[in-house]
Formats: sequence, structure tokens, C-alpha cells
Amino acid sequence: MYFLPTDEQRELQRGVREVLDSAFPLEKLPGGFDAVVWSTLVETGVFSLRTELELGLVEAALVFEELGRAAVPGPLVGTFLVAGHADGATTVLEARLTPLTVAHLDVATSVLVLDSGGSRLATASDVSGVPLPEPIDPLTPLHELAAAPTGSSIGLDYTRLMNEGALLTGALQVGLAARLTELAVAYAKSREQFDRPIGSFQAVKHICADMFVRTELARASLHSAAVMLDDPEAGDGARAVAGAKLLADEAATLNSRGCTQVHGGMGFTWEVPVHYLLKRAWLQATEFGTADDHAEALAALL
Amino acid sequence: MDLRDSAAERAFRTELRDWLAKTLPALGPKPHHTDWPGRRRYDTAWQRQLFDAGYAGINWPTEYGGRGATPTEHLIFLEETERAGAPYVGVNFVGLLHAGPTIATEGTPEQKAAHLPKILTGEEIWCQGFSEPSAGSDLASMRTRAVRDGDHYVVNGHKIWTSHAEVADYCELLVRTDPDAPKHKGITWLMMAMDSPGLEVRPLNTLLGSSEFSEVFFDNVRIPVSNRVGEENDGWRVTMVTLSFERGTAWVDQIVDSVRLVADLAAIAKKVTTHAGVAWEDRGLRRDIAHLGAEFDALWALTKRGVTEAGSGVPGASASVLKLRYTEARQRLMDLGARVLDRAAVSRTDIAGLPTGEWTTERLNSLSYTIAAGTSQIQRNIIGERILGLPKERG
Repeated sequence: MYFLPTDEQRELQRGVREVLDSAFPLEKLPGGFDAVVWSTLVETGVFSLRTELELGLVEAALVFEELGRAAVPGPLVGTFLVAGHADGATTVLEARLTPLTVAHLDVATSVLVLDSGGSRLATASDVSGVPLPEPIDPLTPLHELAAAPTGSSIGLDYTRLMNEGALLTGALQVGLAARLTELAVAYAKSREQFDRPIGSFQAVKHICADMFVRTELARASLHSAAVMLDDPEAGDGARAVAGAKLLADEAATLNSRGCTQVHGGMGFTWEVPVHYLLKRAWLQATEFGTADDHAEALAALL
Repeated sequence: MDLRDSAAERAFRTELRDWLAKTLPALGPKPHHTDWPGRRRYDTAWQRQLFDAGYAGINWPTEYGGRGATPTEHLIFLEETERAGAPYVGVNFVGLLHAGPTIATEGTPEQKAAHLPKILTGEEIWCQGFSEPSAGSDLASMRTRAVRDGDHYVVNGHKIWTSHAEVADYCELLVRTDPDAPKHKGITWLMMAMDSPGLEVRPLNTLLGSSEFSEVFFDNVRIPVSNRVGEENDGWRVTMVTLSFERGTAWVDQIVDSVRLVADLAAIAKKVTTHAGVAWEDRGLRRDIAHLGAEFDALWALTKRGVTEAGSGVPGASASVLKLRYTEARQRLMDLGARVLDRAAVSRTDIAGLPTGEWTTERLNSLSYTIAAGTSQIQRNIIGERILGLPKERG
């Protein structure tokens, strides 16, 4: 047993962080989808880790944590899932959900329709929908569709896609949760009230500590699920991934709240980036199964 | 990153499982929790069996008679013994997990020879004299005073929360030897025989109605200077060395137990009918049970992370994280148990064919987890200050 990233895995993760720190710092976040950053990610091999670099979901989870930490907008998960089956940015439509909504339709070349009756791929330009005037995450445009497009089957197993999608979305949430902790801690160190940094007060310090703890727990759960999906002999991947998405959603949403609270009045403004991360966390909490869906799935295994 | 046993780990696990399967059926019934002489006999007999089989002091270096196991083997040992329902360390706790490791690291050759073999065989039981009525979370403010008189220290004062004091042979005792030094710098670590004249042990009645802890009163108790471990006034540092023996394994048995209890609780909920119907049909309740199951699975993963960190010398944050999150999850599990058991939860013995004895007693017992060994509030301070680098409240 060696339940830590290996040197190579650490190196990979560090590499992606360095790329994103320079190409997509938080100051660039309000610009939304960035085609240059997207090309960089494609060239770096972020989406073809498995198909071309012969790496596994453990590596993918580590990389997606970094994408989440940088809050990169774009159809990240779908593009990874269809690598080897379709080229270009691919967004996901979860056909079981109502209303039917799809993200980043304008920049996608394909739509992966996730349907328990058979998953399929549609050409994005053939899909028409009505843009939501005010999506929860201003950096993730959404279209509402009247019906799921027909598309053509790519022979990928629905359960497997859902598990992998939940894992990668969970990784994005863990990355967000970690970034929210960093932001809260940095603010708590610099903001002074009553002549001292607010982070010296236990009432604030303990919010930060809980944020850190939630993230560590969710990350351990996520990594364990990634290992099990890669190596079924290591444990029950379905159970692990349900737990991981549930805890990752909890970490991202509760840390969003904690980070907003630590920022006080500024946390309620558009001026600090916290709200972008919060809105992304709320959006991703509805993708590839909510915490409730995963709790129900876990209950069925008990 | 992997979660599989290596060939050596698998061999260790298999050998241990075989030994447990052979040994446990012959083990007698557990004594009642108020029967202290019985508990000592039971726990020390088990310790002797571990010793004879080569499993005593699993994490102790071989030069002190331990097994010298790797952190992962230590984890496997605790996991397998818990799964098999073997006794936990019980009254051997302080000796094996605290005093022994401290003596092994800081003691003189004579001190090691006098105590370590007896701790490993279960012949010598230790208790811990650290906390005082006015020194709890602020342990270093302790006042129990030791004054040098020739070859002895003369001790006066009052300790509290001393586990297993009634059955212990020795006490690892922290005393104030320099009242003028900064509080962490005037403390000394002593080994005290529990039959020393001037010592009085008064059991404390816990909210469980049991005497897990005692108060210990010192009236001119004389302790030979040769019983000092480490230098005079260096006791605070001496106390800290034992932490390196834990290697991420502090909650293994309880987390393994909690994973089992989640499955048990689901089974109970499928059986229990209340005025609202079968408990398991309550979607909110069912999801809460599953949610806690996910947390305990994650705590188990986090344990493996901490053990890997310990094995590779990577400084990790998992000890405080695990303590804080595990203890609070355990309390929520017990509260959830009460929701499932409904009115039956009012009994501390089994009633209506339900395991209410275990659940209700443990619900009470779990209240101590967020207080003992560093309260949840202290853990949050540690995480905030030492890990996140936030400033201290004062100074």
C-alpha cells in the first residue's frame, strides 16, 4: 500500500498548476471561457491523459483538482470522457434531469448525451436550445433544450461514464474547496479588525480549520475512489465514487459559504472572486449526481 | 498511489488472520466494565498471548523486544484484530502506547531493562498522571510540585483524569520542578510506583456510571531521582516524543468499528418499525446513514494516507484532521442510532430484541471523544495555527 501520489504523479500535478497559475490566474476568471487556455490544456494532454499518455483516473483526478482550483470554465469533464471517441470540446447533457440543460454549447463541437438507455454523441451545431438569461454561474453559459438530441451511439457504458464523470466532477469540487480555503486563510491573515488580524480570533480560525478538514477528507475519499476505479481489486469503486462525489460537493458548497463568511461584507460583492467559486460549486453539485443521489445510491448498497 | 497489500503485507495479514482464527475461540468472556481486577486479568492475559505469538509491541523497535513492524503492518494488525473482534489494548493502553515508547526513546538502559519487557508481556500496567484540575487544555500550566530532597523528589499536588489508576503498577507523572521557569520549561517526567506511600487514588464516577478515571492526590510522595526519564525540566519535550510512535494509527480500531456499525445500523433500520413505518423507508434517515457511511470510508482512506505519510517520512496533517473529524462523526453516528432505535434508545441494556445496550452506552461514552486528548476546539486551533499559519489569539 502506498496511498500518496508518487513522485511522477506529484510532478504532473505541479506541472498543471504552474501552467494554470500563469495562463489563468484568478484575475482572468471574469473573462469566462478562454480559447487560448483551452488550447493549452489540449496541448498539455489534459484530456488525452488516458488515451494517449496511458495514464489512469488517479492522474486524471489529480489534474482535475488543479482545473477546479483554478476554476477553469469549459466543458472539461465531457471532453475527457469522450477522448478517443470524439475530437474537440464536448459538453454533457444528462438526459435524466429536468429541465434539460447543457453548458458551454457555443464552444463545444459535440454533446455527449448521457442516457441510461444508451449514451450517444451529437454534433453541437445540430443542437438548438434557448440560452438561460441568467445562469447561476456567470462563467458557465447554459442552454435549455426541448428534447435530448438523437445523436449516434459510441458504445460507452452508461454506468462507467457516470462513475467517471462523478469522480472528475468531484475532483473539480475538491480543487475548488482547496482554493476557497486558501482564499479564506489569506484574507483572515490580512484583514484587521479590533487592531489584529481577524484570523487570530477563534471564531474565524475555526471556520478556516473546518474548511481545511473538509477538503482533506474529501480528497482522501476522491483519491481512494480513483484508485479503485483504476484497480477494481483494491475495492468497491461504485461505493467509493458515490462517497467521493458526496463529500466533494459538501466540501465545495460548505467551503463556499465559509469563505464568503470570512470575507464579511466583501464576500457579498462581485469585487472579490469568491462568488465565482461559490456559483461554480453550486453548479457542479448538480452534475453527475447530487449529494442526495449519491447518498441514495450508497443506501442501496447497505 | 495504490491501495493493495504488497506481497510481504499480504503474508503478514494472512499469518495474523490464521493466528487470530486459532486463538480467539478459546478466549473467555469479557468481564463487566466495572470489574477492574477482572479487566486487568483479561487484558493482560491477551497481551501475554500477543507476546508469545510475536505481536506485542507491534510498532516498537526490535531492540526493545517489539516487532519493528512497518506503519502499514501496524495498520494491518489493528485492522485485522478489530475485524476479528479481538480485545483492544485495554488497561495496557498507557504502557504500550505512551509510557513504553517514551522510556524506549528517552530512558536509560537500566530503566528500559526494568520496564519495557514487563510492559510487553502485560506484567506491568501503567497509568498517566498528566492533567490537573486547573491544567486541562492548558496542560503546561500544571502545578503538582516536585522538590528535590537528596536522592528523591518529594511530590505534592493533585492529578485528574488518570485512566486505570486503580489497577496500575506505575504512573507516568509530569511534575513542576522549576516554578520560576516559563511554563513549558519547568516540567519533569517521572516514573512513579503506584504503591508509594502518601498516594491516594479516588475513582471519579463518569456519566456512564463507571470509574474509567481517577483523581490522584499526592502528600509528600517520595520518588527516587533514578526514576526520572530525561533531564530535569525537560519533561515537556520528553512527553512529545511518544507521538512519533503512533504513526497515523490512533483511530484505526474505532474507524473499522464504525464502518461495521453503519452496516449494523442499516440492518436495524430495515427491521425496526415505528409509528411512522419501517425506519429504513424514511428517505432522510436512510440517506443520513449512507452519508455517515461515506464519511467513515473517507476517514479510513485518510488513515491510510496518514500511515503512508508516516512510512515515507512525509510530514502530514492527518493526525489533528482525523481526531477532529472522526470524533464528531462518531457522535453523529450514535445520535443517528438513537433516531433509528426511537423509544428503545432509552434503555442501556438490550430491549425489544435490539442491541440498545451497545448503542445507548456508546452514545453516552462518545461524548468524551471530543474532549479527551485535545478537545475539538484545541484541534481547530492546532489546524488553524500550525497548518494554516493563522496568528495566535494572544501574544
